[in-house]
Amino acid sequence: MFENLKNLNGYMDMPRRSFRRFGRIILLSCHGAGDALMMLGSSVLYIRTAFRPRARHEVAVQLFITGIKSLGVITVVAFFTGMILALQTGLELRRFGQEVNIGTAVTIVMIREMGPFMTGLIIAASVGSAIAAQLGTMTVSEEIAALEVMSINPNRFLVMPRLVALAVMMPILTIYTNLLGIVGGGIVGATQLGVAMQAYIDNATRYAENKDLYVGLFKAVVFGIIIATVACHQGLTTREGAVGVGRATRRTVIISFLMILVVGYMITRMFYI
Amino acid sequence: MISFEQITKTLGGKTVLDDVSFEVPRGETVVIVGLSGAGKSVTLKHMVQLFSPDCGTVRIGEDVISAAKGAELERMRQRFGVLFQGAALLQWLTVFENVALPLREKTDLSEEEIEKTVLDKLRLLNMEDAVDKFPADLSGGMQKRVGLARAIVMNPEIILYDEPTSGLDPVTARLIDQLIENLRSELGITSVVVTHDLHSALAIGTRIMMIDGGKIVENATPHDFIHSENETVQRFLESQYITRRGSWEKGMQTHG
Repeated sequence: MFENLKNLNGYMDMPRRSFRRFGRIILLSCHGAGDALMMLGSSVLYIRTAFRPRARHEVAVQLFITGIKSLGVITVVAFFTGMILALQTGLELRRFGQEVNIGTAVTIVMIREMGPFMTGLIIAASVGSAIAAQLGTMTVSEEIAALEVMSINPNRFLVMPRLVALAVMMPILTIYTNLLGIVGGGIVGATQLGVAMQAYIDNATRYAENKDLYVGLFKAVVFGIIIATVACHQGLTTREGAVGVGRATRRTVIISFLMILVVGYMITRMFYI
Repeated sequence: MISFEQITKTLGGKTVLDDVSFEVPRGETVVIVGLSGAGKSVTLKHMVQLFSPDCGTVRIGEDVISAAKGAELERMRQRFGVLFQGAALLQWLTVFENVALPLREKTDLSEEEIEKTVLDKLRLLNMEDAVDKFPADLSGGMQKRVGLARAIVMNPEIILYDEPTSGLDPVTARLIDQLIENLRSELGITSVVVTHDLHSALAIGTRIMMIDGGKIVENATPHDFIHSENETVQRFLESQYITRRGSWEKGMQTHG
Protein backbone atom coordinates (compact mmCIF):
# COMPACT_ATOMS: atom_id res chain seq x y z
CA MET A 1 0.00 0.00 0.00
CA PHE A 2 2.80 2.41 0.95
CA GLU A 3 5.33 0.75 -1.33
CA ASN A 4 5.31 3.56 -3.90
CA LEU A 5 6.46 6.14 -1.41
CA LYS A 6 9.09 3.82 0.01
CA ASN A 7 10.43 3.17 -3.48
CA LEU A 8 10.42 6.85 -4.29
CA ASN A 9 12.44 7.52 -1.15
CA GLY A 10 14.85 4.83 -2.23
CA TYR A 11 15.35 6.33 -5.66
CA MET A 12 15.71 9.85 -4.43
CA ASP A 13 19.28 9.79 -3.21
CA MET A 14 19.82 13.41 -2.36
CA PRO A 15 21.98 15.23 -4.91
CA ARG A 16 24.82 17.41 -3.65
CA ARG A 17 23.77 20.59 -5.41
CA SER A 18 21.68 22.52 -2.95
CA PHE A 19 19.10 23.78 -5.48
CA ARG A 20 18.35 20.31 -6.82
CA ARG A 21 18.40 18.96 -3.30
CA PHE A 22 15.81 21.55 -2.26
CA GLY A 23 13.68 20.66 -5.27
CA ARG A 24 13.71 17.00 -4.40
CA ILE A 25 12.81 17.69 -0.78
CA ILE A 26 9.79 19.67 -2.04
CA LEU A 27 8.87 16.85 -4.43
CA LEU A 28 9.13 14.23 -1.68
CA SER A 29 7.12 16.38 0.72
CA CYS A 30 4.33 16.81 -1.84
CA HIS A 31 4.33 13.08 -2.53
CA GLY A 32 4.20 12.32 1.19
CA ALA A 33 1.40 14.83 1.77
CA GLY A 34 -0.64 13.34 -1.09
CA ASP A 35 -0.06 9.84 0.24
CA ALA A 36 -1.12 10.93 3.76
CA LEU A 37 -4.30 12.57 2.40
CA MET A 38 -5.16 9.40 0.47
CA MET A 39 -4.74 7.43 3.71
CA LEU A 40 -6.91 9.94 5.57
CA GLY A 41 -9.63 9.77 2.91
CA SER A 42 -9.64 5.99 2.95
CA SER A 43 -9.79 5.92 6.77
CA VAL A 44 -12.66 8.43 6.87
CA LEU A 45 -14.64 6.12 4.58
CA TYR A 46 -14.12 3.31 7.11
CA ILE A 47 -15.62 5.36 9.99
CA ARG A 48 -18.96 3.72 9.16
CA THR A 49 -17.46 0.45 10.46
CA ALA A 50 -16.44 2.00 13.81
CA PHE A 51 -19.61 0.79 15.56
CA ARG A 52 -19.22 -2.86 14.66
CA PRO A 53 -18.49 -4.86 17.83
CA ARG A 54 -14.83 -5.67 17.11
CA ALA A 55 -13.98 -2.20 15.79
CA ARG A 56 -15.89 -0.64 18.71
CA HIS A 57 -13.53 -2.33 21.15
CA GLU A 58 -10.45 -0.98 19.37
CA VAL A 59 -11.95 2.52 19.18
CA ALA A 60 -12.69 2.37 22.93
CA VAL A 61 -9.09 1.33 23.65
CA GLN A 62 -7.78 4.23 21.59
CA LEU A 63 -10.19 6.66 23.28
CA PHE A 64 -8.85 5.49 26.64
CA ILE A 65 -5.21 5.84 25.57
CA THR A 66 -5.77 9.28 24.04
CA GLY A 67 -8.06 10.66 26.71
CA ILE A 68 -7.57 9.10 30.11
CA LYS A 69 -3.84 8.40 29.87
CA SER A 70 -3.15 12.01 28.85
CA LEU A 71 -5.10 13.58 31.70
CA GLY A 72 -2.18 13.87 34.13
CA VAL A 73 0.12 15.91 31.95
CA ILE A 74 -2.76 17.95 30.52
CA THR A 75 -3.92 18.85 34.04
CA VAL A 76 -0.53 20.24 35.02
CA VAL A 77 0.06 22.08 31.73
CA ALA A 78 -3.47 23.58 31.61
CA PHE A 79 -3.37 24.74 35.19
CA PHE A 80 0.00 26.45 34.85
CA THR A 81 -0.89 27.94 31.45
CA GLY A 82 -3.87 29.69 33.07
CA MET A 83 -1.77 30.77 36.03
CA ILE A 84 0.99 32.23 33.81
CA LEU A 85 -1.56 34.01 31.61
CA ALA A 86 -3.27 35.53 34.65
CA LEU A 87 0.00 36.60 36.21
CA GLN A 88 1.43 38.21 33.07
CA THR A 89 -1.74 40.03 32.04
CA GLY A 90 -2.59 40.89 35.64
CA LEU A 91 0.77 42.55 36.29
CA GLU A 92 0.38 44.74 33.19
CA LEU A 93 -3.28 45.56 33.87
CA ARG A 94 -2.44 46.49 37.45
CA ARG A 95 -0.47 49.47 36.10
CA PHE A 96 -3.80 50.83 34.84
CA GLY A 97 -5.82 49.61 37.80
CA GLN A 98 -7.62 47.13 35.55
CA GLU A 99 -6.48 43.83 37.06
CA VAL A 100 -10.11 42.82 37.56
CA ASN A 101 -10.21 42.24 33.80
CA ILE A 102 -7.83 39.29 33.92
CA GLY A 103 -10.93 37.04 33.89
CA THR A 104 -11.77 38.22 30.38
CA ALA A 105 -8.19 38.01 29.15
CA VAL A 106 -7.55 34.52 30.49
CA THR A 107 -10.89 33.13 29.33
CA ILE A 108 -10.74 34.50 25.80
CA VAL A 109 -7.10 33.54 25.27
CA MET A 110 -7.70 30.05 26.69
CA ILE A 111 -10.83 29.15 24.74
CA ARG A 112 -9.78 30.80 21.47
CA GLU A 113 -6.12 29.82 21.30
CA MET A 114 -4.25 28.38 24.23
CA GLY A 115 -6.69 25.58 25.07
CA PRO A 116 -6.65 23.85 21.68
CA PHE A 117 -3.03 24.84 21.04
CA MET A 118 -1.60 23.47 24.28
CA THR A 119 -3.78 20.36 24.13
CA GLY A 120 -2.65 19.78 20.54
CA LEU A 121 1.02 20.09 21.43
CA ILE A 122 0.71 17.72 24.39
CA ILE A 123 -1.26 15.13 22.43
CA ALA A 124 1.12 15.36 19.44
CA ALA A 125 4.12 14.83 21.72
CA SER A 126 2.61 12.03 23.80
CA VAL A 127 -0.07 10.20 21.78
CA GLY A 128 1.13 11.11 18.26
CA SER A 129 4.68 9.99 18.91
CA ALA A 130 3.43 6.77 20.54
CA ILE A 131 1.23 6.01 17.52
CA ALA A 132 4.13 6.61 15.12
CA ALA A 133 6.44 4.40 17.19
CA GLN A 134 3.87 1.60 17.43
CA LEU A 135 2.91 1.59 13.76
CA GLY A 136 6.56 2.09 12.75
CA THR A 137 7.60 -0.95 14.75
CA MET A 138 4.74 -2.92 13.23
CA THR A 139 5.88 -1.87 9.75
CA VAL A 140 9.52 -2.86 10.17
CA SER A 141 8.58 -6.17 11.82
CA GLU A 142 6.27 -6.98 8.88
CA GLU A 143 3.08 -6.93 10.96
CA ILE A 144 1.52 -4.44 8.54
CA ALA A 145 2.50 -6.68 5.62
CA ALA A 146 0.91 -9.62 7.47
CA LEU A 147 -2.34 -7.65 7.83
CA GLU A 148 -2.33 -6.78 4.12
CA VAL A 149 -1.75 -10.40 3.14
CA MET A 150 -4.68 -11.40 5.37
CA SER A 151 -6.70 -8.81 3.39
CA ILE A 152 -7.15 -6.75 6.56
CA ASN A 153 -6.87 -3.14 5.49
CA PRO A 154 -4.49 -1.26 7.86
CA ASN A 155 -6.45 1.95 7.27
CA ARG A 156 -9.58 0.32 8.66
CA PHE A 157 -7.92 -1.84 11.32
CA LEU A 158 -5.32 0.61 12.65
CA VAL A 159 -5.74 4.15 11.30
CA MET A 160 -9.52 4.58 11.61
CA PRO A 161 -9.75 3.84 15.40
CA ARG A 162 -6.87 6.25 16.10
CA LEU A 163 -8.39 8.91 13.86
CA VAL A 164 -11.79 8.62 15.57
CA ALA A 165 -10.21 8.63 19.03
CA LEU A 166 -8.15 11.76 18.38
CA ALA A 167 -10.95 13.63 16.60
CA VAL A 168 -13.37 12.85 19.46
CA MET A 169 -10.98 13.27 22.39
CA MET A 170 -9.24 16.47 21.31
CA PRO A 171 -12.28 18.75 21.80
CA ILE A 172 -13.15 17.01 25.09
CA LEU A 173 -9.61 17.45 26.36
CA THR A 174 -9.62 21.04 25.11
CA ILE A 175 -12.72 21.81 27.21
CA TYR A 176 -10.92 20.27 30.19
CA THR A 177 -7.80 22.37 29.45
CA ASN A 178 -9.91 25.52 29.13
CA LEU A 179 -11.67 24.92 32.43
CA LEU A 180 -8.47 24.16 34.34
CA GLY A 181 -6.69 27.14 32.77
CA ILE A 182 -9.50 29.46 33.77
CA VAL A 183 -9.53 28.02 37.32
CA GLY A 184 -5.73 28.38 37.50
CA GLY A 185 -6.05 32.02 36.41
CA GLY A 186 -8.72 32.60 39.04
CA ILE A 187 -6.53 31.21 41.81
CA VAL A 188 -3.61 33.46 40.78
CA GLY A 189 -6.03 36.40 40.57
CA ALA A 190 -7.37 35.71 44.06
CA THR A 191 -4.05 34.94 45.75
CA GLN A 192 -1.53 37.17 43.93
CA LEU A 193 -3.45 40.04 42.37
CA GLY A 194 -6.22 40.67 44.85
CA VAL A 195 -9.08 39.93 42.41
CA ALA A 196 -12.00 38.28 44.18
CA MET A 197 -13.03 34.93 42.70
CA GLN A 198 -16.64 36.11 42.11
CA ALA A 199 -15.40 39.20 40.26
CA TYR A 200 -13.06 37.02 38.20
CA ILE A 201 -15.90 34.66 37.25
CA ASP A 202 -18.28 37.52 36.40
CA ASN A 203 -15.61 39.09 34.24
CA ALA A 204 -14.72 35.79 32.63
CA THR A 205 -18.29 35.06 31.54
CA ARG A 206 -19.25 38.59 30.49
CA TYR A 207 -17.18 39.05 27.34
CA ALA A 208 -16.52 35.54 26.06
CA GLU A 209 -18.89 34.53 23.25
CA ASN A 210 -20.17 31.18 22.10
CA LYS A 211 -18.30 31.71 18.83
CA ASP A 212 -14.99 31.72 20.74
CA LEU A 213 -15.81 28.33 22.19
CA TYR A 214 -16.98 26.85 18.88
CA VAL A 215 -13.95 28.07 16.95
CA GLY A 216 -11.66 26.73 19.67
CA LEU A 217 -13.35 23.34 19.58
CA PHE A 218 -13.29 23.31 15.78
CA LYS A 219 -9.54 23.88 15.97
CA ALA A 220 -9.24 21.01 18.43
CA VAL A 221 -11.01 18.61 16.04
CA VAL A 222 -8.79 19.72 13.15
CA PHE A 223 -5.66 19.34 15.29
CA GLY A 224 -6.79 15.83 16.29
CA ILE A 225 -7.18 14.86 12.63
CA ILE A 226 -3.77 16.38 11.81
CA ILE A 227 -2.02 14.48 14.62
CA ALA A 228 -3.68 11.18 13.70
CA THR A 229 -2.88 11.57 10.01
CA VAL A 230 0.73 12.59 10.49
CA ALA A 231 1.43 9.94 13.14
CA CYS A 232 -0.20 7.07 11.28
CA HIS A 233 1.36 8.03 7.96
CA GLN A 234 4.82 8.39 9.44
CA GLY A 235 4.42 5.05 11.20
CA LEU A 236 3.14 3.19 8.15
CA THR A 237 5.93 4.52 5.88
CA THR A 238 8.74 3.70 8.31
CA ARG A 239 11.85 2.11 6.83
CA GLU A 240 15.24 0.96 8.07
CA GLY A 241 14.47 -0.71 11.38
CA ALA A 242 14.90 0.91 14.78
CA VAL A 243 16.58 4.01 13.30
CA GLY A 244 13.56 4.48 11.06
CA VAL A 245 11.16 4.17 13.99
CA GLY A 246 13.07 6.89 15.83
CA ARG A 247 12.98 9.07 12.71
CA ALA A 248 9.23 8.53 12.25
CA THR A 249 8.59 9.49 15.87
CA ARG A 250 10.67 12.66 15.63
CA ARG A 251 9.08 13.66 12.32
CA THR A 252 5.61 13.13 13.76
CA VAL A 253 6.24 15.57 16.58
CA ILE A 254 7.92 18.19 14.37
CA ILE A 255 5.36 18.05 11.53
CA SER A 256 2.42 18.01 13.96
CA PHE A 257 3.78 21.02 15.87
CA LEU A 258 4.35 23.00 12.69
CA MET A 259 0.95 22.12 11.25
CA ILE A 260 -0.82 22.98 14.52
CA LEU A 261 0.82 26.41 14.48
CA VAL A 262 0.13 27.15 10.81
CA VAL A 263 -3.39 25.70 10.66
CA GLY A 264 -4.25 27.31 14.01
CA TYR A 265 -3.33 30.71 12.59
CA MET A 266 -5.31 30.07 9.39
CA ILE A 267 -8.45 29.08 11.31
CA THR A 268 -8.17 32.16 13.57
CA ARG A 269 -7.79 34.38 10.52
CA MET A 270 -10.71 32.68 8.77
CA PHE A 271 -13.12 33.29 11.67
CA TYR A 272 -11.96 36.62 13.11
CA ILE A 273 -10.89 38.77 10.16
CA MET B 1 -0.30 -22.47 -10.01
CA ILE B 2 2.08 -19.51 -9.61
CA SER B 3 3.92 -18.19 -12.62
CA PHE B 4 6.48 -15.42 -12.90
CA GLU B 5 6.81 -14.03 -16.40
CA GLN B 6 9.88 -11.89 -17.06
CA ILE B 7 9.79 -10.09 -13.72
CA THR B 8 12.20 -7.22 -13.20
CA LYS B 9 12.34 -5.24 -9.97
CA THR B 10 14.68 -2.43 -8.98
CA LEU B 11 14.90 -1.22 -5.38
CA GLY B 12 17.02 1.75 -4.30
CA GLY B 13 18.73 1.83 -7.70
CA LYS B 14 19.73 -1.84 -7.53
CA THR B 15 18.19 -4.47 -9.80
CA VAL B 16 16.99 -7.11 -7.35
CA LEU B 17 15.16 -9.31 -9.87
CA ASP B 18 16.34 -9.32 -13.47
CA ASP B 19 13.97 -10.80 -16.06
CA VAL B 20 12.99 -13.71 -13.79
CA SER B 21 10.59 -16.37 -15.10
CA PHE B 22 9.55 -19.61 -13.42
CA GLU B 23 6.50 -21.65 -12.45
CA VAL B 24 5.39 -23.26 -9.22
CA PRO B 25 3.19 -26.25 -10.14
CA ARG B 26 0.08 -27.01 -8.07
CA GLY B 27 0.71 -29.25 -5.06
CA GLU B 28 4.47 -28.87 -5.12
CA THR B 29 6.90 -27.35 -2.64
CA VAL B 30 9.37 -25.06 -4.34
CA VAL B 31 12.26 -23.95 -2.17
CA ILE B 32 14.08 -20.76 -3.10
CA VAL B 33 17.67 -20.61 -1.87
CA GLY B 34 20.44 -18.11 -2.31
CA LEU B 35 22.79 -15.77 -0.54
CA SER B 36 21.54 -12.86 1.58
CA GLY B 37 20.30 -10.04 -0.63
CA ALA B 38 19.94 -12.32 -3.65
CA GLY B 39 16.25 -11.44 -4.09
CA LYS B 40 14.58 -14.46 -2.45
CA SER B 41 12.23 -12.57 -0.13
CA VAL B 42 11.47 -9.99 -2.84
CA THR B 43 10.43 -12.87 -5.10
CA LEU B 44 8.17 -14.23 -2.37
CA LYS B 45 6.60 -10.83 -1.73
CA HIS B 46 5.75 -10.40 -5.43
CA MET B 47 3.50 -13.46 -5.12
CA VAL B 48 1.15 -11.59 -2.77
CA GLN B 49 1.78 -8.16 -4.28
CA LEU B 50 3.62 -6.79 -1.27
CA PHE B 51 5.90 -5.68 -4.09
CA SER B 52 4.80 -4.85 -7.62
CA PRO B 53 7.16 -5.63 -10.51
CA ASP B 54 8.65 -2.84 -12.61
CA CYS B 55 7.85 -5.03 -15.60
CA GLY B 56 6.53 -8.53 -16.11
CA THR B 57 3.51 -10.42 -14.80
CA VAL B 58 2.82 -12.60 -11.77
CA ARG B 59 -0.09 -15.01 -12.20
CA ILE B 60 -1.89 -17.11 -9.62
CA GLY B 61 -3.68 -19.66 -11.75
CA GLU B 62 -5.46 -17.52 -14.31
CA ASP B 63 -5.48 -14.41 -12.11
CA VAL B 64 -2.89 -11.69 -12.70
CA ILE B 65 -2.09 -10.69 -9.13
CA SER B 66 0.62 -8.20 -10.09
CA ALA B 67 -2.02 -5.91 -11.65
CA ALA B 68 -4.87 -6.58 -9.20
CA LYS B 69 -6.34 -3.86 -7.00
CA GLY B 70 -8.96 -3.43 -4.28
CA ALA B 71 -11.48 -6.23 -3.79
CA GLU B 72 -9.94 -8.31 -6.57
CA LEU B 73 -6.55 -8.25 -4.83
CA GLU B 74 -8.18 -9.12 -1.49
CA ARG B 75 -9.88 -12.13 -3.11
CA MET B 76 -6.59 -13.33 -4.59
CA ARG B 77 -4.68 -12.84 -1.35
CA GLN B 78 -7.23 -14.97 0.49
CA ARG B 79 -5.85 -17.95 -1.43
CA PHE B 80 -2.57 -17.49 0.46
CA GLY B 81 -1.21 -18.06 3.92
CA VAL B 82 2.12 -16.44 4.70
CA LEU B 83 4.61 -17.23 7.45
CA PHE B 84 6.85 -14.20 7.83
CA GLN B 85 10.48 -14.36 8.88
CA GLY B 86 9.84 -12.88 12.32
CA ALA B 87 6.34 -14.43 12.58
CA ALA B 88 4.83 -10.88 12.45
CA LEU B 89 2.35 -11.51 15.26
CA LEU B 90 0.40 -8.53 16.57
CA GLN B 91 2.00 -7.84 19.93
CA TRP B 92 -1.11 -6.62 21.75
CA LEU B 93 -3.14 -9.72 20.90
CA THR B 94 -2.85 -13.07 22.63
CA VAL B 95 -1.82 -16.21 20.76
CA PHE B 96 -5.48 -17.20 20.42
CA GLU B 97 -6.51 -13.75 19.18
CA ASN B 98 -3.65 -13.67 16.68
CA VAL B 99 -4.64 -16.98 15.13
CA ALA B 100 -8.34 -16.09 15.28
CA LEU B 101 -7.79 -12.69 13.64
CA PRO B 102 -8.30 -13.71 9.97
CA LEU B 103 -11.35 -15.79 10.91
CA ARG B 104 -12.91 -12.93 12.86
CA GLU B 105 -12.14 -10.34 10.20
CA LYS B 106 -12.87 -12.30 7.04
CA THR B 107 -15.51 -14.92 7.90
CA ASP B 108 -18.95 -15.07 9.51
CA LEU B 109 -18.09 -18.02 11.76
CA SER B 110 -19.51 -18.07 15.28
CA GLU B 111 -17.15 -17.68 18.25
CA GLU B 112 -17.57 -21.41 19.02
CA GLU B 113 -16.52 -22.39 15.50
CA ILE B 114 -13.60 -19.95 15.60
CA GLU B 115 -12.45 -21.36 18.95
CA LYS B 116 -12.59 -24.93 17.65
CA THR B 117 -10.69 -24.09 14.46
CA VAL B 118 -8.02 -22.08 16.26
CA LEU B 119 -7.44 -24.74 18.90
CA ASP B 120 -7.21 -27.43 16.20
CA LYS B 121 -4.48 -25.50 14.39
CA LEU B 122 -2.59 -24.71 17.60
CA ARG B 123 -2.78 -28.36 18.63
CA LEU B 124 -1.26 -29.33 15.28
CA LEU B 125 1.78 -27.23 16.22
CA ASN B 126 1.90 -28.22 19.90
CA MET B 127 0.96 -24.70 20.95
CA GLU B 128 -2.43 -25.31 22.57
CA ASP B 129 -1.03 -24.52 26.04
CA ALA B 130 -0.03 -20.99 25.01
CA VAL B 131 -3.43 -19.66 23.95
CA ASP B 132 -3.56 -16.91 26.57
CA LYS B 133 0.05 -15.81 26.26
CA PHE B 134 1.20 -12.71 24.43
CA PRO B 135 3.84 -12.96 21.67
CA ALA B 136 6.40 -11.18 23.87
CA ASP B 137 6.14 -14.07 26.35
CA LEU B 138 7.07 -16.65 23.68
CA SER B 139 10.43 -17.79 22.33
CA GLY B 140 11.27 -17.19 18.66
CA GLY B 141 10.43 -20.79 17.79
CA MET B 142 7.08 -20.63 19.55
CA GLN B 143 6.24 -17.37 17.78
CA LYS B 144 7.04 -19.01 14.44
CA ARG B 145 4.70 -21.90 15.25
CA VAL B 146 1.92 -19.46 16.15
CA GLY B 147 2.65 -17.58 12.91
CA LEU B 148 2.33 -20.83 11.02
CA ALA B 149 -0.95 -21.62 12.79
CA ARG B 150 -2.25 -18.22 11.67
CA ALA B 151 -1.01 -18.85 8.11
CA ILE B 152 -2.94 -22.14 7.83
CA VAL B 153 -6.06 -21.20 9.82
CA MET B 154 -8.01 -20.15 6.70
CA ASN B 155 -7.05 -23.41 4.93
CA PRO B 156 -5.24 -21.62 2.09
CA GLU B 157 -4.40 -23.21 -1.27
CA ILE B 158 -0.88 -21.77 -1.22
CA ILE B 159 1.44 -21.15 1.71
CA LEU B 160 4.52 -18.94 1.51
CA TYR B 161 7.24 -19.43 4.09
CA ASP B 162 9.94 -16.79 4.60
CA GLU B 163 12.83 -18.42 6.46
CA PRO B 164 10.58 -20.80 8.43
CA THR B 165 13.42 -22.48 10.32
CA SER B 166 15.89 -19.64 10.82
CA GLY B 167 16.80 -19.09 14.45
CA LEU B 168 15.10 -22.31 15.57
CA ASP B 169 16.64 -25.19 17.46
CA PRO B 170 17.16 -28.28 15.27
CA VAL B 171 14.26 -30.20 16.84
CA THR B 172 11.73 -27.39 16.26
CA ALA B 173 13.18 -26.80 12.79
CA ARG B 174 12.55 -30.44 11.87
CA LEU B 175 9.02 -30.20 13.32
CA ILE B 176 8.32 -27.27 10.99
CA ASP B 177 9.88 -29.16 8.05
CA GLN B 178 7.68 -32.14 8.82
CA LEU B 179 4.59 -29.97 8.97
CA ILE B 180 5.38 -28.32 5.62
CA GLU B 181 5.86 -31.76 4.09
CA ASN B 182 2.61 -33.05 5.64
CA LEU B 183 0.64 -30.07 4.33
CA ARG B 184 1.85 -30.93 0.83
CA SER B 185 1.51 -34.69 0.96
CA GLU B 186 -1.80 -34.89 2.89
CA LEU B 187 -3.66 -31.74 1.81
CA GLY B 188 -1.99 -31.04 -1.54
CA ILE B 189 -1.10 -27.49 -0.52
CA THR B 190 1.26 -25.64 -2.82
CA SER B 191 4.18 -24.16 -0.93
CA VAL B 192 6.99 -21.74 -1.66
CA VAL B 193 9.75 -21.69 0.93
CA VAL B 194 12.59 -19.20 1.17
CA THR B 195 15.48 -20.52 3.23
CA HIS B 196 19.25 -20.56 3.69
CA ASP B 197 19.05 -24.02 5.21
CA LEU B 198 19.89 -26.43 2.38
CA HIS B 199 19.39 -29.52 4.55
CA SER B 200 15.84 -28.37 5.15
CA ALA B 201 15.42 -27.42 1.47
CA LEU B 202 16.54 -30.84 0.27
CA ALA B 203 14.22 -32.55 2.75
CA ILE B 204 11.01 -30.68 1.96
CA GLY B 205 11.41 -29.36 -1.57
CA THR B 206 10.02 -31.04 -4.66
CA ARG B 207 11.99 -28.44 -6.61
CA ILE B 208 14.85 -26.22 -5.52
CA MET B 209 15.52 -22.91 -7.17
CA MET B 210 18.62 -20.86 -6.57
CA ILE B 211 18.67 -17.10 -7.14
CA ASP B 212 21.93 -15.21 -7.45
CA GLY B 213 22.34 -11.58 -8.47
CA GLY B 214 18.65 -11.29 -9.32
CA LYS B 215 18.70 -14.22 -11.75
CA ILE B 216 17.73 -17.86 -11.42
CA VAL B 217 20.90 -19.92 -11.68
CA GLU B 218 19.29 -23.30 -11.05
CA ASN B 219 15.78 -24.73 -10.86
CA ALA B 220 15.76 -28.49 -10.41
CA THR B 221 14.62 -31.43 -8.34
CA PRO B 222 16.65 -31.98 -5.15
CA HIS B 223 18.56 -34.81 -6.78
CA ASP B 224 19.42 -32.76 -9.86
CA PHE B 225 20.18 -29.73 -7.71
CA ILE B 226 22.98 -31.40 -5.79
CA HIS B 227 24.33 -32.79 -9.04
CA SER B 228 24.19 -29.38 -10.73
CA GLU B 229 27.30 -28.35 -12.65
CA ASN B 230 26.64 -24.70 -11.90
CA GLU B 231 29.57 -23.26 -9.94
CA THR B 232 27.43 -20.98 -7.78
CA VAL B 233 25.27 -23.93 -6.78
CA GLN B 234 28.30 -26.05 -6.04
CA ARG B 235 29.83 -23.34 -3.86
CA PHE B 236 26.53 -22.97 -2.02
CA LEU B 237 26.30 -26.73 -1.45
CA GLU B 238 29.90 -26.93 -0.25
CA SER B 239 29.36 -24.02 2.15
CA GLN B 240 26.84 -26.21 3.98
CA TYR B 241 29.01 -29.33 3.76
CA ILE B 242 26.72 -31.01 1.27
CA THR B 243 28.52 -33.05 -1.34
CA ARG B 244 27.18 -35.03 -4.27
CA ARG B 245 27.81 -38.20 -2.38
CA GLY B 246 27.49 -38.65 1.32
CA SER B 247 26.14 -36.00 3.59
CA TRP B 248 22.92 -35.16 1.72
CA GLU B 249 21.88 -38.82 1.55
CA LYS B 250 22.66 -39.11 5.26
CA GLY B 251 20.75 -35.92 5.87
CA MET B 252 17.71 -37.22 4.04
CA GLN B 253 17.71 -40.40 6.10
CA THR B 254 17.85 -38.32 9.27
CA HIS B 255 15.04 -36.11 8.03
CA GLY B 256 12.99 -39.14 7.16
